Amino acid sequence: MSDNIEQDQEVDLEEQQVLDAIAVELPGFSRDVHQLLPVLQKIQHTHGYLPRDSMVMVAAHFAVAAAKVFGIATFYNQFRFNPPGRHPIKVCLGTACHVKGGEIILENFTRRLGIEEGETTQDREYSLERVACVGCCALAPVVVVGEKIESYVTPSKVEGVITEIEIQNEIAEREKAKDEQQSDSE
Amino acid sequence: MSKDRMVTLTVDGLEISVPQGTKLLKACLDNGIYIPNLCYIDDMEHPPASCRLCLVEIEGRPDPLPSCSQKVEDGMVVHTETDAVRLLQKTAFRLLVSTNHGKCRLCMANKHCAMQQIAKFLHMPLRTKKLRYIPKDMPEVIEDHPCIVYEPNKCVLCGRCVYVCSRQNYDFALDFARRGFNTTISFFGSQEEGVGDYCRNCRACVDICPVGALNFKDERDAFLQDLQAKISA
Repeated sequence: MSDNIEQDQEVDLEEQQVLDAIAVELPGFSRDVHQLLPVLQKIQHTHGYLPRDSMVMVAAHFAVAAAKVFGIATFYNQFRFNPPGRHPIKVCLGTACHVKGGEIILENFTRRLGIEEGETTQDREYSLERVACVGCCALAPVVVVGEKIESYVTPSKVEGVITEIEIQNEIAEREKAKDEQQSDSE
Repeated sequence: MSKDRMVTLTVDGLEISVPQGTKLLKACLDNGIYIPNLCYIDDMEHPPASCRLCLVEIEGRPDPLPSCSQKVEDGMVVHTETDAVRLLQKTAFRLLVSTNHGKCRLCMANKHCAMQQIAKFLHMPLRTKKLRYIPKDMPEVIEDHPCIVYEPNKCVLCGRCVYVCSRQNYDFALDFARRGFNTTISFFGSQEEGVGDYCRNCRACVDICPVGALNFKDERDAFLQDLQAKISA
């Protein structure tokens, strides 16, 4: 439980850093309302997502209602409101993948990770997204994990994908611990 | 545009005279000819014409047109109850109702709801029959705002609240958010200090909502308590 709280604080700190950075950047942008969308795009480009409070800050910068900025940002699919995870999972729901049951795969991921599409897990390990097409329809249904393409995904493979990442994480952690031990003994 | 110049037109065989520049819908409503409408507000300069209910047929025009965005012209001959008009209105209404769970008795707007009025006028049921019932995948009540509650499943997204709020002096504002089937009204940013006080005195959006999707929290609570008492009695 205490671990969880610590994690929460860490995440809040991360978001606070992003917000502070945005507060520094914002005055540099034009106050012309036509620049609203480009500014939102720049924020997302630099930080990977639009934190909730950043939209309030942008609204204040352009002197428009926060609801208006929120409305504009949520209208476009290109904006995300959660930080990208270390392992972004993109489930393809293009025509071929849809026909081959992409929706079922997406549901498997939401259930396995306990997050909805467009969200990020509490520890920022995974984020879940739906994409329109990744261009390899012959391999449908397709899921893109980080840079890696998983083809012919089945519900059982969903578990495999997550387990693989977990094992890799564990190996990395063990090696890190070993390195530390070595450097300590030296 | 002089206000005094009058224009004479014929609506359903009735001759009416209205000032030039009046919107056709307003001209009809002012003269006791009812045309179903949801998104129009008096004196809107650019009506959204989004509810597709106020359609009329104008002689000389090939297709029915939304009367809210049509200005009156001298000698115009208008029909408000042709088969083509009714067909379009009923289809539009069916689509609106296809997300409606039809629990009118539990709603604050019961008996003065625009949807009920239109249903009666068009002889249409308030619950979907012909089309599939597709509930919106949204919570029953959204309580983001300090004093206003929003019920997305009742909302017909007419945009009247967005319009009246944008006409207020303060831009606390509510606006549309998301898109397509997931469109809602959002009060994003309304948690700031002072918004609650301003909204409590303004009432504009709550009063303009044709279907009772926006209500004051305390008024709604009182209404629900009353209802509970009535049911148990």
